[in-house]
Amino acid sequence: MATQIFRRSRTLIQKNLPLLLGSAFNKSTFFTSTFQYSGVPFVNPATFFCFSRFESTKAEARLNIQNYVSEDENNNQGIDFPGGKVAFTSEMRFISDSDHKRVPCYRVLDDNGEITKFSNYVQVNKEMAVKMYSNMVTLQTMDIIFYEVQRQGRISFYVTSAGEEAVNIASAAALAFDDIILPQYREPGVLLWRGFTLQQFADQCFGNTSDFGKGRQMPIHYGSNEHNYFTVSSPIATQLPQAVGAAYSLKMDGKSACAVTYCGDGSTSEGDFHAALNFAAVMDAPVIFICRNNGWAISTPVEEQFRSDGVVVKGQAYGIKSIRVDGNDALAVYSAVHTAREMAIREKKPVLIEALTYRVGHHSTSDDSTKYRPNDEIEYWKMARNPVNKFKRWVERNGWWSDKDEMEIRSSVRKQLLEAIKLAEKEQKPPLEDMFKDVYDQLPSNLKEQERQLRETIKKHPIDYPSDVPL
Amino acid sequence: MSSNYVKRFGGRWVSLVSHRPFSTSSSIQKDPSHQSFKSLNLFSAINQALHIALESDPRAYVFGEDVSFGGVFRCTTGLADRFGKSRVFNTPLCEQGIIGFGIGLAAMGNRAIAEIQFADYIYPAFDQIVNEAAKFRYRSGNQFNCGGLTIRAPYGAVGHGGHYHSQSPEAFFCHVPGIKVVIPRSPRQAKGLLLSCIRDPNPIVFFEPKWLYRLAVEEVPHDEYMLPLSEAEVIRQGSDITLVGWGAQLSIMEQACLDAEKEGISCELIDLKTLIPWDKETVEASVKKTGRLLISHEAPVTGGFGAEISASIVERCFSRLEAPVARVCGLDTPFPLVFEPFYMPNKNKILNAIKSTVDY
Repeated sequence: MATQIFRRSRTLIQKNLPLLLGSAFNKSTFFTSTFQYSGVPFVNPATFFCFSRFESTKAEARLNIQNYVSEDENNNQGIDFPGGKVAFTSEMRFISDSDHKRVPCYRVLDDNGEITKFSNYVQVNKEMAVKMYSNMVTLQTMDIIFYEVQRQGRISFYVTSAGEEAVNIASAAALAFDDIILPQYREPGVLLWRGFTLQQFADQCFGNTSDFGKGRQMPIHYGSNEHNYFTVSSPIATQLPQAVGAAYSLKMDGKSACAVTYCGDGSTSEGDFHAALNFAAVMDAPVIFICRNNGWAISTPVEEQFRSDGVVVKGQAYGIKSIRVDGNDALAVYSAVHTAREMAIREKKPVLIEALTYRVGHHSTSDDSTKYRPNDEIEYWKMARNPVNKFKRWVERNGWWSDKDEMEIRSSVRKQLLEAIKLAEKEQKPPLEDMFKDVYDQLPSNLKEQERQLRETIKKHPIDYPSDVPL
Repeated sequence: MSSNYVKRFGGRWVSLVSHRPFSTSSSIQKDPSHQSFKSLNLFSAINQALHIALESDPRAYVFGEDVSFGGVFRCTTGLADRFGKSRVFNTPLCEQGIIGFGIGLAAMGNRAIAEIQFADYIYPAFDQIVNEAAKFRYRSGNQFNCGGLTIRAPYGAVGHGGHYHSQSPEAFFCHVPGIKVVIPRSPRQAKGLLLSCIRDPNPIVFFEPKWLYRLAVEEVPHDEYMLPLSEAEVIRQGSDITLVGWGAQLSIMEQACLDAEKEGISCELIDLKTLIPWDKETVEASVKKTGRLLISHEAPVTGGFGAEISASIVERCFSRLEAPVARVCGLDTPFPLVFEPFYMPNKNKILNAIKSTVDY
């Protein structure tokens, strides 16, 4: 039976060879795999995850064979539909609204920070591990101090990354510097990893003359061309279709790099999320979508956000490989992103990563999350599932980190940051002319006129305007 | 397929997020008088401009719904065959995806020429245009820009387009600092202005008068040329009243000018061409001369761009005005199919307004 199936399938594959080689490959996979009812679990990490240059193409071909072969006697018949052949079945079967089992979550470290048995992962050496841990601690310290500075009224706003340090730092560590980042707003760790200095973070938050954004945006809207990190904008999910365009450019330029874009669980309800996934698949764009499913979109829990099994299952409908990963396990995030990057660049295809994590802090400094979620839930994620502590246990177990190191880094980062904040606060605000620049490449006549009029008004009523903006 | 890309483009290595010195269109204008001319309609002129844009810049891309086979208005005919399907391609039917993709492509230093099939369908992309494209340079402190983005969209009445194939949504975009809005009136204008838009270092919405795609035929210089942005043009000299318009409406206004002339009224007609940032000075100079102003556009009168022109000119020319500013525009209804002839700001509506303004 098996050989017979294979033979028949091979004919089908040969018949469809032009399709398989072309961009329609995605479509044919899509059509045939939805045809299966309960089928194989969405992704089997064990087979999917293979370090000797994955055999994913082979694996897909095998998947195709299975799909074309139906136990139904009608299996030789089908529609030659544009986009690929679809087999007929005499059975009226609706595809289920969900799989019986939720897609499992890939992890490497258990809750004690020990590597789980049989786990496949990309090795992280001492130097990398220590750098990752140090960056996680730095991010934590930034959160604590900037949050306080906001509470003191010295900056207008802040957003913490608490609970999501592993997604931030481990994903950044797994990428190359040439990869283009299109962030949402809760990924400052990626920029930190790329060398954005504490002073630069502080300058942005204070909107002073050294802020790359010239004081025009709220705190935490970082961006740096030199770090290949696109400037944050507040609307969610808008960066996702843009990342596809950036990825397409990288592909057309023959670069060995990909675009990487981040979003949260709330973003997946936006039209831009669906536009981006569909475009990425159709355009064969080397882009990695990293969704930080942190359970809450401000006060909206995931149960009120979608009915699907989270985010990971949305990939397949668009023809995109996807994986669900423990976002609080730095080694799992590192391995998944590292592997996704290789796949994206080699295969010129998008990858979707759903990182299960938790927003331990409030949405922002303008939010009080105890109004809508239980304290013990926050405490559980803050303590028992803390991604920084978990990674620390692993690093310590390897003998790469001591209490002395811990004390040293925490006090050193704290000192540097307080110094940076002091300087940033003292530094001048950007000059008034920066208000009119960069709307266009050159100042148009209406803005010249408005600037002239404004300056006349300021002369008459200087008291109406902030004195710290140089005129 | 993907390995082809690598082969074809593998040799080049430019900085990842490049800041290419895009030409500034206002400073370049080739004199078209010494070139060979060819009689072309508007869609063919657009097509020529796109050919030139793709030919002259290997980092230029044309994409949108159905552009691959030539587009529903034939503007992209032959481009995919000539430049390949990786530079001229269909996209899924998703306007926000098209513009978002275009912004990302442009931000990497490419010229992204996106087509929205009808201006009536541009609204799903409104957020990407208004919140993203328009603010990209400003919000990043000029760290990034998407100046290479040009959005082409056919707009306006066509005689049988009803609600969703007739709209003139230019005013929505004229309220957005950071983008430019450009509308050509004829084939020659279309070719020169589109090339300027594509090469301008700012994101631009370029509305094409679809009624004129086949109807308007003009001698068009064969070679490449660019027409300046943010410069209005006096296309007919006159002394009694200034008429301001853009796009397809100008030909209606011109007919009204001819009829008015028969009755002894001398009309000056101005094509605004770029709606933002617009050339106030040319309109102001004309109104100071004539003392009267009439604005005409197809879009509904309330909140239309005519209101902005009217307010600005009243501010600048109040003491020189001899009559209230007249607006002859679309009515404040959705674009109505069988009532289109009633809705439209036609020749006689304009003529009546000219006469009552002159006789005020």
